[in-house]
Amino acid sequence: MSEKTAQLSFQPAAPPDQGGTVVFAGEWCLDAGKNGIRDALAGVRDLTNGPLVCAGDAIQDWDTTLVAMIVRLKRLCAGKNMAFEPGSLPGGVVRLADLAMAVPERDGAGRKHEKKSPLTRLGEAVLAAGAGGKDMVTFLGELTVSFGRLVAGRAQMQWGDVVRVIEETGPRAFPIVGLIAGLMGIILAFVGAVQLRVFGAEIYVADLVAIGIVREMGAIMTGIVMAGRTGASYAARIGSMQVNEEIDAFTTMGISPVDFLVLPRTIGLVLMMPLLVIYANVIGMLGGMFIGVFMLDISPVLYLQQTRSALGLNHLAVGLVMSVIFGVLVAFFGCLRGLRCGRSAESVGEGVTSAVVSGIVSIVIATALVTVAADILGF
Amino acid sequence: MPQDAHITVSHLTMAYGDFVIQRDVSFTIRRGDIFIIMGGSGCGKSTLLRHLVGLKRPAAGQVFFHGEDFWGVDDDQRGDMIRRMGVLYQGGALWTSLTLAENVALPLREYTQLPADDIRELVALKLALVGLAGFEDFYPAEISGGMRKRAGLARAMALDPEVLFFDEPSAGLDPVSARRLDDLILELRESLGTTVVVVTHELASLVSIGTNSVFLDAESKTAIAEGAPSQLLEESRDPRVMDFLTRGEFGNETRKKQDVSRP
Repeated sequence: MSEKTAQLSFQPAAPPDQGGTVVFAGEWCLDAGKNGIRDALAGVRDLTNGPLVCAGDAIQDWDTTLVAMIVRLKRLCAGKNMAFEPGSLPGGVVRLADLAMAVPERDGAGRKHEKKSPLTRLGEAVLAAGAGGKDMVTFLGELTVSFGRLVAGRAQMQWGDVVRVIEETGPRAFPIVGLIAGLMGIILAFVGAVQLRVFGAEIYVADLVAIGIVREMGAIMTGIVMAGRTGASYAARIGSMQVNEEIDAFTTMGISPVDFLVLPRTIGLVLMMPLLVIYANVIGMLGGMFIGVFMLDISPVLYLQQTRSALGLNHLAVGLVMSVIFGVLVAFFGCLRGLRCGRSAESVGEGVTSAVVSGIVSIVIATALVTVAADILGF
Repeated sequence: MPQDAHITVSHLTMAYGDFVIQRDVSFTIRRGDIFIIMGGSGCGKSTLLRHLVGLKRPAAGQVFFHGEDFWGVDDDQRGDMIRRMGVLYQGGALWTSLTLAENVALPLREYTQLPADDIRELVALKLALVGLAGFEDFYPAEISGGMRKRAGLARAMALDPEVLFFDEPSAGLDPVSARRLDDLILELRESLGTTVVVVTHELASLVSIGTNSVFLDAESKTAIAEGAPSQLLEESRDPRVMDFLTRGEFGNETRKKQDVSRP
């Protein structure tokens, strides 16, 4: 470490009860070792009468460490109603100390950390959940009204934004959606093959993959990928606009942020989701065929034939209906969490996390509902 | 290079890719200077500041800190140089996930071996110096923009840097607070010998506190004047500099008279 030292010593005045002198010496710097400070301060504390005089002739170098010590001594003196005489301390440092003490602590500025009972916290959590639910319904209402304005041709939306959203959520999502869907097809076929082989029914791998992918998995996997990719991006973009007060600027200009930001993102994503799902279906079935042909030695023509006979329009319809619903959900939560985000970098992070989590959870719930509904309706 | 040179800029060219902002800028900041970087909007003032604090690498030319080429030394030495500088960003740039006290304490905790009590005391002192005594436990989101700025200054002063850089210090402050900030800058320089570098176009503080300056011009893309602002105001004959220092009133006398005579 450094060899700098800061020294402080206290000498009581010759006649007792007539104050004393604190002597500063050495280098009063952040990186200096401290010597004798505790004893000197104890000496000052024992004083009953002022004045306290400072001697600073032996100070070689200083920074705000010295200012902090002077403030401390002055506070001590003030607490005992003793006079403080800066003596031979450097003038600028004393002025800085005065400056630091000039503005009194603002009343009520200090924080009280109150402890809450578990019951209070539970109650607050329930209230927060209720408020969150109300907020969601409000936002759904705003989005619906905004969509109504769009139908009436009065929405403040630029179609150019929709085109940009389409590019961002469509073509640019192809690689990741394709990769996931292809692997999904391969996994389904592989797992199915191992089981079906026991019964010599390998050919039904084609049915399994076709129905599994087209009816459910294609849409679900695409939905989850889009929640992580697009939902997060919506929340982050709108959230940082919130931090920059851009959303406030829209509002005070009389432009509805929902019209201008949420509507194009929702429309773009809802338009793209069915197309992405069809693409994912194709890639997924190709993945299944890969296993069928190379692992199970089924001829490609036979595999395709089997797939065609297994696949009905009803399966495709269920998958596409889900894809539209997922598009709405991902855009809804992405934009909602962005718009309701606070004003700090941290809250943007929380908003993005929450957008992805609520997106995925809502996708799973929606899948369950649609699956049951399709079963009841006989699709 | 003069003996007491603190920061020397030599033939600096600043560019973003192929787009040159300023070329061949040279000047010297002396120890204890209050050095003003001035010029119209978009002339590259803030970019120059980014070069001085080591956020951006020069496209050509050098920046010397105590006679050492900032980009010619290894990373450790550069880290040492950077630790001897403090920067106040335009909006304060406080870390939003930390309280004010934690914001100021972080550099102290990282770079000194001080015990926690001493750190707390220094943090309280620095917040008190900028008039924020008692706001230790507040988060940046809970205080006003001007307070955030002052807290940013407290953080910049945390390690008692040799040089303090200010990017538009008075922007967003009320006149009284701006004046108090100017006073604090002067006091810091006087009592602690801090060199101060300020980017500003606030005329009042510019002329009253600046001891030296450089004037960047957006059109010719280089520095067109140097010297103490008050001296520039008296002696410069360059219309671009005069226009700036007189709020565009230089050479507009006739137009003003016509305005007055209008019913």
